[in-house]
Amino acid sequence: MVKMELSGVNLWYGDFHALKDIDMKIYKNKVTAFIGPSGCGKSTLIRCLNRMNDLIDHVRIEGSISMDGKNIYDKDVDVVTLRKNVGMVFQKPNPFPINIHDNVAYGPRLHGVKDKKRLDEIVEENLRGAALWGEVHDILDRNAMSLSGGQQQRLCIARTLAVNPEVILFDEPCSALDPLSTGKIEDLITQLKKDYTIVIVTHNMQQAARISDYTGYFYLGRLIEFNKTKKIFTNPDNKETENYITGKFG
Amino acid sequence: MDRHHKDRLMKGVLWGAALLTIAVLVLIVGFIVVKGAPAISWEFLTEKPLRSGRLGGIWPAILGTIYLAGLAVLVATPIGVGGALFLTEFTKETKFTKLVRFGADTLNGVPSIIFGLFGFAFLVFYMGFGISILSGGLTLAFMILPTVFRTSEEAIRAVPRWDKEGSYALGATKLQTIWRVVLPQSISGIVTGIILGLGRAAGETAPIIFTAAILNPIIPSSIMHPTMALPAHLYTLTSEGISMENAFGTALVLIAMVLAFNFAISILRKKKAIRR
Ligand SMILES: Nc1ncnc2c1ncn2[C@@H]1O[C@H](COP(=O)(O)OP(=O)(O)O)[C@@H](O)[C@H]1O
Ligand SMILES: [Mg+2]
Repeated sequence: MVKMELSGVNLWYGDFHALKDIDMKIYKNKVTAFIGPSGCGKSTLIRCLNRMNDLIDHVRIEGSISMDGKNIYDKDVDVVTLRKNVGMVFQKPNPFPINIHDNVAYGPRLHGVKDKKRLDEIVEENLRGAALWGEVHDILDRNAMSLSGGQQQRLCIARTLAVNPEVILFDEPCSALDPLSTGKIEDLITQLKKDYTIVIVTHNMQQAARISDYTGYFYLGRLIEFNKTKKIFTNPDNKETENYITGKFG
Repeated sequence: MDRHHKDRLMKGVLWGAALLTIAVLVLIVGFIVVKGAPAISWEFLTEKPLRSGRLGGIWPAILGTIYLAGLAVLVATPIGVGGALFLTEFTKETKFTKLVRFGADTLNGVPSIIFGLFGFAFLVFYMGFGISILSGGLTLAFMILPTVFRTSEEAIRAVPRWDKEGSYALGATKLQTIWRVVLPQSISGIVTGIILGLGRAAGETAPIIFTAAILNPIIPSSIMHPTMALPAHLYTLTSEGISMENAFGTALVLIAMVLAFNFAISILRKKKAIRR
């Protein structure tokens, strides 16, 4: 089932044409990976999916991106609700410099949950969901900045889960992490796709091959090939994709 | 002389310069403390001056300075912090934002006597506020506005982009993000600016001598009343040759107030350093 559909997406930073005629489908309860050399527009595109680019000056976007059939760039769309439904985990772990409990409770509090007991439940449930509860259940009042990078990133995932999104965007979530932490996050993403639709940007092709169902290969702002991950990694339709995958380029 | 010796000579000279900075501070504060301490007593701090300040205390001047500096901060804070928030969070860099920043920096360079003259002409006469706490407090507010504004702007700008993005990505509105992420992280910087302003407002003479200060030892009961103030009282005691001892006593009280503010700032700075 298609969760999000992009058609004719173009984006400019000022005069710079960063995304060119992107058409693709994001399937429900699947992991879709964006790969391609640095600077090809992966982050730019993933940030279109929750309208994070609205925060940047001088950005112009054309085309349409729909979620469940509704264009998220329509005038009557509430960006706040959209971002609640499309969560995001960033490249650099960015927990707030407050305690662990309050990091997870941040979103629910924004959206009106006040009851302390209910918040505690939400915090536990989502820390479990992010495979972090066991490591932090007795230090919930400690500052999140004291956690390791991998724990911080799982905390950011817990924080995202706590607002009940439908889609979760990951922009190179493991690029700052060691292999062990990376493995934990990959396992987690594989778990999460049962309940969520997932899009992940990665510069690590093995990672894309391991965890994704669909892969898009980008080059210089264009989507060169979009296919089932298996197909892309065994028998890509496009010569450029093959060169990139086999390491002849990039 | 070889390079090694030149380096050491240079280091020595610079060390001397650094030491001299401390020495000037110690000299001034020490001088004021030594000369002013004999005048300090419970009566001096709590009673009205008698015979122009030759006898009695300085209580009305202490109170007046608190009122004036307090009003200045009360007015300058919402404008300064609000303006800083607007420039950092609500608008992109334009000619207008550059103009505002340029204006604030220029205002910062205007001599305080000019503020006094402006307050006298505009607030006292044109607006009809008379010689009053209101006129003096507003004049001081104009004077410290750039300090509050620029310090707040820097503190707010220092809040990392990724923390704000983290908040927006969870579906926070701009107001929620400002309230829950931006202000908590910049508050110690903002308060630093406010206290810096408070110290300046308490210590300046020129802006208040035409707008608020009188020699009459009354305790003001309304914002429309004039008042005594420490720097103006100190000025009169010295220039009229009334009492050097009480002038130094007044100076000691004033410097103690301002140093207490600076001390509060350094505590805030330390707290901030521990947090991240
Ligand atoms: N805020 C911005 N302003 C201007 N150009 C940008 C901005 N962000 C990214 N770019 C440019 O857009 C292109 C794509 O960037 P990005 O999406 O970050 O690439 P990737 O994530 O694939 O490495 C790059 O050439 C980059 O320099
Ligand atoms: Mg990127």
